[in-house]
Amino acid sequence: MIEAIEVFRAFEPYRGKAIVAATGTSGRHWSEVSTYPTRDVTLGGAMGQATSAALGLALGLPDEKVVLFDSEGALLMNLGVLATIAGKAPKNFYHFLLDNECYATTGGQPVPNASNIDYASLAKGAGYASSYHFDDLEDFTISVGEILNEPGPVFVSVKVVPEIENLPMGMRPSRGGRSRAEMFRDLRAELGIAD
Amino acid sequence: MATQQQAQILRPETLVNAFQQNGVTHVITIPDSETNYLYELMLEQPWLDIVPVSREGEAFGIAMGLNLAGKTPVVLIQNTGMLESGDSIRGMALDAGFPLVMVVGYRGWTRRGKITDSVARYTEPFLHAFGINYYLVEYDADGDRINTAFEEARATRRPVAVLIGDEYHGWNR
Repeated sequence: MIEAIEVFRAFEPYRGKAIVAATGTSGRHWSEVSTYPTRDVTLGGAMGQATSAALGLALGLPDEKVVLFDSEGALLMNLGVLATIAGKAPKNFYHFLLDNECYATTGGQPVPNASNIDYASLAKGAGYASSYHFDDLEDFTISVGEILNEPGPVFVSVKVVPEIENLPMGMRPSRGGRSRAEMFRDLRAELGIAD
Repeated sequence: MATQQQAQILRPETLVNAFQQNGVTHVITIPDSETNYLYELMLEQPWLDIVPVSREGEAFGIAMGLNLAGKTPVVLIQNTGMLESGDSIRGMALDAGFPLVMVVGYRGWTRRGKITDSVARYTEPFLHAFGINYYLVEYDADGDRINTAFEEARATRRPVAVLIGDEYHGWNR
């Protein structure tokens, strides 16, 4: 397993001008690493639907590279989206899955069949152009640049260390940062899209 | 007689024309048994991109992404799928606050009040619970209500539903 922030550190040098959406407990580290925040966006709002929203963004912006860092708990809630994505086959879509095998934000309970699901095979079987699985940081670091040059849709499953939160919601420190609406406004301004 | 019968149905062209007039770029949909003619007609339109989904809840997330990208999506689903989509409608459409027309097949509804499927019983209460306004469309003559729905969605930056009360064939009467 890899520390999630190390996944982001390995990815960031190859990010270029890609629009990046990160979800889940592991995904919060992206804002600590990103050097292009006006092209970062949060698509959360209904668990499992950030994947669909990222697909919509990729379909609407075919000339922009769209990268999603998804989580396995969310993907399991919306697994049919793999077929939806494969069916539309957006060449500009890169779907990373940070798989910590649990619902980290609710105390670390395992997702169904946590350790035994081969998400990369699910994506490949659904019809993604290519799919990969990593559980070693060195392998990921060596490969990620080339993967981002492949035509999408590409799926990349990465086993990450769970960062379990067990405090009641009201006792957790605020993460701050921009709201979804502010990120939408900033991304539209960056891309020259009327609000 | 033929003309009279023609006036008593809703032709798929009426919906497709409304989509074009209102600048729709994408229709996100799961086909149902009543909308196949509409589906086939939409596929023929070079200005329209069809996004088939696996489950209706996906449609509202995809719509949000397309809206963020500056596109104009429509969601075309059946009322059964709308019920399934509750949290997506909340989190991806209502909370995001963008114009979205959702065309919803009103399965089980009849204009004389005899409900043929329980889903019809819950359709309008569901929309009321979510605070989503809606317009019932049965015939071509109701076509203006589709444009009204688009205008209202743009003005309020909220979802507005078009309930298709008689799905392209006249069987419900």
